[in-house]
Amino acid sequence: MTWDIALILGIDGLANGALYLLSGLGLVLIFSVTRVVFVPFGDIAAFAALSLAAFETGRRPATIGLVLTLALLAMLTEAASLIRRGRPRDIPASVLAWGILPALPCLAAWAIAGREVPAALQVAVAVALVVPIGPLVARVALQPIADASVLVLLIVALVLHFLLSGLGLLFFGPEGSRTQALVGGVVTLPGGFTVSGQVILMVGAALVLAGLFYLVFEHTVTGKALRATAVNRVGARLVGIRPARTAVLAYSAASLLAGLVGVLVAPVMTMYYDSGFLIGLKAFVAAIIGGLVSYPLTALGALAVGAAESFSSFWSGALKDVIVFSLLIPVLMLRSFLSAHGEEDAEEIDQ
Amino acid sequence: MTRSAARRSRRWMLWVLAVLAMACAPAVFAAFTVSLLNDIGMGSLVAVGLVLLTGIGGATSFGQAAFVGIAAYATAWLTSVYGLSPWLGLLFGLALTGAAALAIGLLTLRLGGHFLPLSTIAWGLCTPLLFGNMDALGRFTGLSEIPPLTIGAWALADPRSMFYVIWIAVGASWLFSANVLDSRPGRAMRGLRGGSVLLASVGADAFRFRLILFVMAALLAGLAGWLYAHTYRFVSPSPFNVEAGIQYLLMAVVGGIGQLGGAVAGAAVVWLLRDALQDALPLVTQYSAQIENLVFAALFVALLQQARGGVMGFAARWRRGQAVPAAAEAPAEPLPRRPLPTAGQPVLSVEGAAKRFGGLLAVNNVSFDVRAGELVGLIGPNGAGKSTMFNLLTGTLRLDAGRVRFLGRDITGMPQRRIARLGVARTFQHVKLRPQMSLLDNVALGAHARTTAGVIAAGLRLDRREERQIMAEARTQLARIGLADRAHELAGSLPLGTQRVLEVARALAADPVLLVLDEPAAGLRRKEKDALAALLRQLRGDGLTILIVEHDMDFVMKLVDRLVVMSFGSKLAEGPPAAVRADARVQAAYLGEVIDGAAARDAAPLAAEGGRA
Repeated sequence: MTWDIALILGIDGLANGALYLLSGLGLVLIFSVTRVVFVPFGDIAAFAALSLAAFETGRRPATIGLVLTLALLAMLTEAASLIRRGRPRDIPASVLAWGILPALPCLAAWAIAGREVPAALQVAVAVALVVPIGPLVARVALQPIADASVLVLLIVALVLHFLLSGLGLLFFGPEGSRTQALVGGVVTLPGGFTVSGQVILMVGAALVLAGLFYLVFEHTVTGKALRATAVNRVGARLVGIRPARTAVLAYSAASLLAGLVGVLVAPVMTMYYDSGFLIGLKAFVAAIIGGLVSYPLTALGALAVGAAESFSSFWSGALKDVIVFSLLIPVLMLRSFLSAHGEEDAEEIDQ
Repeated sequence: MTRSAARRSRRWMLWVLAVLAMACAPAVFAAFTVSLLNDIGMGSLVAVGLVLLTGIGGATSFGQAAFVGIAAYATAWLTSVYGLSPWLGLLFGLALTGAAALAIGLLTLRLGGHFLPLSTIAWGLCTPLLFGNMDALGRFTGLSEIPPLTIGAWALADPRSMFYVIWIAVGASWLFSANVLDSRPGRAMRGLRGGSVLLASVGADAFRFRLILFVMAALLAGLAGWLYAHTYRFVSPSPFNVEAGIQYLLMAVVGGIGQLGGAVAGAAVVWLLRDALQDALPLVTQYSAQIENLVFAALFVALLQQARGGVMGFAARWRRGQAVPAAAEAPAEPLPRRPLPTAGQPVLSVEGAAKRFGGLLAVNNVSFDVRAGELVGLIGPNGAGKSTMFNLLTGTLRLDAGRVRFLGRDITGMPQRRIARLGVARTFQHVKLRPQMSLLDNVALGAHARTTAGVIAAGLRLDRREERQIMAEARTQLARIGLADRAHELAGSLPLGTQRVLEVARALAADPVLLVLDEPAAGLRRKEKDALAALLRQLRGDGLTILIVEHDMDFVMKLVDRLVVMSFGSKLAEGPPAAVRADARVQAAYLGEVIDGAAARDAAPLAAEGGRA
């Protein structure tokens, strides 16, 4: 390997790392608020990418049907839960929240599909279209068992990935697609190396969003409410925070991140209905480096994963995923060595 | 007795009938059904492992299919490429899966609950990918022409003959697992979900038992993989991917993750459903495989939301009210006892103990001694640092400064488990019993450190002599606290006060030198308190040394020989109850000094405790 190649791979790794950083932030956000290891994150990203591809080719994205299906399920779940709690009068409000609100981006998508609109609008709508998916899926499958153990939540989340990717195949079909670059042009570095505008956009977006995350979490009341729920659900409830509501907030924010990941990755990688899984899992490796709680360490982990991926794809394209996942070994060894032997919470999965 | 004997013989009859029915199955059913039964059997093996790991141990794995794959590929490679015997393939496959599980377990099991399952997703993804990229393993086409299993000159090439091998393996694994669960190591395994501190308090290592369960689960999966390779005589990467891993977990959850029977029931439900879907779906859609996955995923989510007990959960609800037939009480020679130190010898000495939590000095330079045969009370207002002191003595927390000696031996910084093994038995302020285990089993868990039977001995029932000794000991201790007639009830059915006393029995089963009790009288009624006081006095008479942390002043003052009073992390006073009661500083700490208005809030704890008593 020459220095030229190493530099190219390094830049490639930086771009990958940016994606894993955004994904890792979303995963840590959801985990820290709801204790759910949200495996379907990557699927949502893939759906955003496929929606954008549909807009570009003048088709109506199948995501509309997917979101409306999920909204219908969420409305039914919500209505059933309201009736069980003896509050049928609140059903109209819940229809508004779980039915109409998610339908708004669908409406926008319906309106612009097949028309000549600026690319930026297509991107924005593609992202907005997938934002409801996270909260809707969580409302149907995860919120009813929000107090279950981490283990049960993890099983459900993993199963949800298979559910979503199955739905993805039904709605999008097995074909893959790639979109046009969001920004054209190249930047020439001193020394004659060129970096594509897309890579710069990816890295820049990751940095800006990571910064925003930090500000929101450290300096706003909403961010503090999210953190409080993460620490202690009952305690948060006692001071007037509604865990269910903060969860919706966390899922929406994470879905937004997933959407951004999707539109950023779509021009550099051919996306299929199930391509998101691996993106999500590699982001998990980054998040595990951060212990699933630390944002700065997750960022560092994301860069490491991105670099490992791009360098290992140089040595063996087929086994690059194996190499990336084997990064887990030293990380887990270190964590295991450093772990405090405190009292862990007892896991109960009885009936 | 006759009724339970009749029930037991009826259960035997049912088992015999089930075995006979299985033996006839290949003769009755068509080849297709026999194949399906073979699949159910292999699925059951993996699911039994998951019941052990998840239902008993509280950890889980999405990568069991990868273990199946490793063993299948190992035997396939050895037998088809090198022409070696499938029986060598079995050994090789099990060795590989066991080693892989050991490595993964060592890496992840010390970490929190979700690290193991997350690593197993990565593991489950990587393993089939490796199979698919290795030339020696035939890449994505896999390995074919695997020779059939042979016993002597008899080749088991037909699915009908494999049927027997598979179901004998299922039966043997079930029996082995059931034996293990009903034994010394099994009680520790069933205690795992009560937390590491509970196990450490009886001298058991939670990490070790988690690791054993994980390796056992992997070996069962490996056994299934070996059977798979020689049943289908062809292996390729795809049946061993993460989806398959989830399906195995689904089997365990559908059947009921808490019981071994659930594994077989779940495997049957999942395979039959899959079979039905594969028949029906292609008629309606071209994406039948995906819809099949959708159906399974939806079923899985619905189950985890609505019926986490699975099929066996329903069965248990239906059977409720039928008491578990009690096993006959066989006489046994008592377990050997530890020599107790002669009265007056120092048992425990604390020198300058200190513990800091951030900015709070919870325990500050506290020293005291406890001598053999003494009953010492540790008291103090709320927040005085009693519980912290308690945790420092038992090794649950580490000292920041100072020394703790036990029987002349320095136990500072020793892990809790080793301190327990030296003869310090404790109870918990927040009761740590296993609600789904019987009183007898809960108490028997206490005798863990006094006995030695391992998993293999237990699985093969070579531990029965020792087991009888443990049970006799547990019964003795239960009788001591007056619960002998309720030995087979579940601990969760007891009122909280009685559960505390049950913890005393569990501590006694460890044959301790020093008994450390954390608020044993809380939640007891007057009569129960008197009985507990009588028991503690009797134990002192037997030569036991007792340190008791208690809020109930009335109870403590009448009981103990000596009191140590703590306040704001420091030792305030020490001496016989009467002297302590008269001590002005103690009165001030509890009731507040008249001149110091701010101290008046300290009076609240005593009043509150009076009310609670």
